[in-house]
Amino acid sequence: MSALLEVREVSKRYGGIVANNSVSLTVQEGQIVGLIGPNGSGKTTLFNSIVGTHPINSGSIRFDGREISNLRVPDIARRGLIRTYQQTRIFRQMSCLDNMLVSVPQENASLRAMIARPVADDLAHAAELLAFVGLASKRDLAAGSLSFGQQKLLEFAMALMNEPRLLLLDEPTAGVNPTLINGLVDRLKRARDQLGITLFVIEHNMRVVMNLAEHIYCLAHGEMLADGRPEDVQSNPLVVDAYLGAH
Amino acid sequence: MILAIARKAAPLALVALGIAAPFALPAFLVQLTFLWIMIVFALCWDILGGQMGYNSFGNIAFFGIGVYAATIVQIGLFQDVAAYTAAGGMQTINLTPTQYFTGLFVGLAAAPLLAAAVAVVLGLALLGLRGHYFAIATLGLGIAAGELAAAWSYLGGSSGVQVPVYPGSLESGRLLFYFLSAGLGVATFLSLRWLYATRFGLAINAIRDDEDKAEALGLRTTRYKVIAWCIGAVFLGIAGGLVGHIIGFIDPREVAFAGASFGVWMILMAILGGKGTLWGPVIGAVIFHGMRELFWTYLFGWQNVAMGVLIVVVVVFFPFGILGWLRRRYPQLFLRDAPAARAGAAE
Repeated sequence: MSALLEVREVSKRYGGIVANNSVSLTVQEGQIVGLIGPNGSGKTTLFNSIVGTHPINSGSIRFDGREISNLRVPDIARRGLIRTYQQTRIFRQMSCLDNMLVSVPQENASLRAMIARPVADDLAHAAELLAFVGLASKRDLAAGSLSFGQQKLLEFAMALMNEPRLLLLDEPTAGVNPTLINGLVDRLKRARDQLGITLFVIEHNMRVVMNLAEHIYCLAHGEMLADGRPEDVQSNPLVVDAYLGAH
Repeated sequence: MILAIARKAAPLALVALGIAAPFALPAFLVQLTFLWIMIVFALCWDILGGQMGYNSFGNIAFFGIGVYAATIVQIGLFQDVAAYTAAGGMQTINLTPTQYFTGLFVGLAAAPLLAAAVAVVLGLALLGLRGHYFAIATLGLGIAAGELAAAWSYLGGSSGVQVPVYPGSLESGRLLFYFLSAGLGVATFLSLRWLYATRFGLAINAIRDDEDKAEALGLRTTRYKVIAWCIGAVFLGIAGGLVGHIIGFIDPREVAFAGASFGVWMILMAILGGKGTLWGPVIGAVIFHGMRELFWTYLFGWQNVAMGVLIVVVVVFFPFGILGWLRRRYPQLFLRDAPAARAGAAE
């Protein structure tokens, strides 16, 4: 196994507020890694830094051995690093199928590729992935008409359509009903096992993250508090204090 | 079954109507010519305004560039433009038929090229702005272009340019420009119908719905946006070249960069018919242009008031346009193919 994502001493400040202070972590190729921490501990800020939404103040982010902290969002995405959003972002007025078709990998920059019709392979792949997340019957509905949980599943399917090497998931189970959560965890594991996609997951649901991740990082107040195997992190007194308040 | 036949037959019937119209209604030839131009206006505005979610008030600039480019190139091929415009209409121009038609078609080829080139430059400068900021930035474009043309003596300044006169009879000239306009209208429609079914169509719809998400999926959004604006500029440039010849005189503010009339109408027509749809702008253009002629004929003196009332009624009662309303009311009839489902279903 080699390091697919290496974050070294990354700091991000908004004015006087330090959202991330010298954060370091490593995601190995083929791993499922969890990121936990209380609300406001800087998890989503770290995701934003990794995918290039905003520039970082210091530190280095390497993806597949190459520095990406100076690249723009679409350039990073085209290297195979895709994220999903906490508040789900899909193309509301487009059908589920069109949402999938527009999510194909974008490495071909030619004008001909831009004005090509979606090919049969893409259509078949899109239908397959919609079935994979259980939305096959919704393919022609406008994505905005789906329930929040279904939109999360669609966004996950769109990310898979893009064939990323590393997928950053921001709270994939938030707002999804409990019976659907088990199915979603199963699909996340299958995405890694069958499609070979490395996963880095922000998750508040402890049962989910302990069950899913092989390695967990815990942020608190913008700093890396602890990391290790799920059972070690779970029993780490620092982590317990961070969540419950150490007074 | 009947519906399927009707869907197949409708475009053919429209084409037949378009060919027959100038002979059936010779008295309305100029209005019918302008109807096709209006359809091009609405379709081109809708590329950005409807399909991509970028409300541009500056598209009139590309039209105006086309108006000037076509005529100046036509004259410039055979005469000294500066001397001609300096004479301010006192110097007549006499082109032989061969010269006229050579100049006409070279001019009509130059117009879209120049308009598209300007669209690339303006697009790279302005399309980084989003939402209201883009709309406001484009608001000044048409006005600035009009003032620039009015101050540029090579282009005749504020006294404008007299367009070379068609070398045949008045009637045959009108017929020629009717069919050129109709051809442009059909070509614009078919090009956009094809384009919206490609990945390009999907990408600009995605930019409309959530541009940040589109970027996060790796789409080259700037390139899509600039090309979309260029495509609109190409057809508007040709339309401008034709309109210069149809009117016969180029005034910088009233004809070429007529932001308060053409510039506003193209937006109203697209919204009236149903923006973000393929047929919506066409329907909007037909109804708007028809109503305008009717109001002008029967409510003269109050025609602008009536037009204003029409717009208010549409915005209040049909906020998604006529086609948008029909799709919500009768989805089984008007919501069939994929691009339609894409554009109409969600709010």
